[in-house]
Amino acid sequence: MIVRILGEGQFRVDDDVAAKLTALDKDLDAAVRDDQSAAFTAALRAAVSLVRTSGAPLAADEIATADYILPFSDATVDEVRKLLADGTIPGDSIGLP
Amino acid sequence: MSVMKRVSLIFRAKADRALDRMEDPRETLDYSYKQQVEMLTRVRRGVADVATSRKRVELQMNSLQKEINRRDTQARDALGKGREDLARAALQNKAQLQSQYSDLETQFASLQEQEEKLTVASQRLDAKVQAFRTRKETIKATYTAAEAQTRINEAFSGISEEMGDIGLAIQRAEDKTAQMQARAGAIDELLASGALEDHVGGNQDYIQAELDKLGAGAGIEADLARMKGEIAASAPKQIEGNGAAPAAPAEQEAEPADQQAGDGL
Repeated sequence: MIVRILGEGQFRVDDDVAAKLTALDKDLDAAVRDDQSAAFTAALRAAVSLVRTSGAPLAADEIATADYILPFSDATVDEVRKLLADGTIPGDSIGLP
Repeated sequence: MSVMKRVSLIFRAKADRALDRMEDPRETLDYSYKQQVEMLTRVRRGVADVATSRKRVELQMNSLQKEINRRDTQARDALGKGREDLARAALQNKAQLQSQYSDLETQFASLQEQEEKLTVASQRLDAKVQAFRTRKETIKATYTAAEAQTRINEAFSGISEEMGDIGLAIQRAEDKTAQMQARAGAIDELLASGALEDHVGGNQDYIQAELDKLGAGAGIEADLARMKGEIAASAPKQIEGNGAAPAAPAEQEAEPADQQAGDGL
C-alpha cells in the first residue's frame, strides 16, 4: 500500500504497518470529530513516525497515486477539519483550465 | 470515515474533475507539462522566499544579541561602581530582550525546517516532471486516443497528487513567512527607532547616562593610561620597522630573476 505524508512524499508500507495505521486513523477521525487537539497531535505524530520508520520511500521519479494521505506532520486539528470540510487544494493540481 | 482516506479522495477528486474536461487527452499532455514546469518555478521561488525570511530573522537575532551583551556590560559596570539599582534595571532589560531572542530562535528553527522540506519537495517534483515528460512522449507516440486514456489517467492522477501536495506546502510556507515578516517588521522598527529600549522598560538612556556620569572621571584617567601605553608600545615597533626595511629591496631584486627564468621557458 502507498501512503503519502503531505510535504514529505510517498512511502510503500506492508500489511502489518497498514493495519497499525488503520487503528491510528480511527483515533485521528475521533479527534477531528470531537475537536481534541492533543489527541489529534498524538495520533498524527504516531502515524507519521510509523510511516517514516517502517515505510520505504518511493523513488522520486516514480509517478503513483497514494491509497492514503496523512496530513502535514505539524498540522493542527483545525487545519485538517478545514481541508476535509471544503475539500479544496490550492493551485491547479494538474494544470488544466 | 477514515481521515487518511478522505484526504486522498479530495486529491483524487481534483484530478478526476480535470480529466473529465478533456476531449482528446493527448492534447492536454503538453499543456499539463507546461503547468508542471511553472509549478517547479513557483516552488523554487518559495524556497528562496523562506530563505530570505530566515536570513532576516538571523540578522535580527544578531542585533538583539548585541543589545543583550550591552545590557550585561552595563550591569557589571554599574555593580563595579556600587550602583545596584542601575545593575538591576539593566538586567531587567536583558531578561526581556532574551525572551524576544528565544522567540526569534523558535522562528528561525521553524523556517529552517520549512526551507529544507520545500527544497526536498522541489527536487522530488523535478524528478517526477522529468518522468512525466518521458511518459507523455511514449503515450503520444504509441497509443491511439482511446488507448491512451487509461495510461494518461494514471500519470495525471499521480502528478496531480504531487502538485496538490506542493501547492499546499507552498501556501503554508507563504502564510508562515507572512506572519513572521509582520513580526520581524515590528522588531526592525523597534530596533531602528531605539524604542525597544524604552519599550522593554527600565529606561536604558537613564542607565547609560548615570553610568557615563559616574564613569566620566575614571574614563579620562583610563584614556590617558591607554594613550600612554600606546605611545610606549609604538616605539619598539618603529625600530622593528626600520630593521625590516632593508630586507624589502632584497626581495624585489629576486623577482626579476624569477621572471627571466619564466620567460626562458
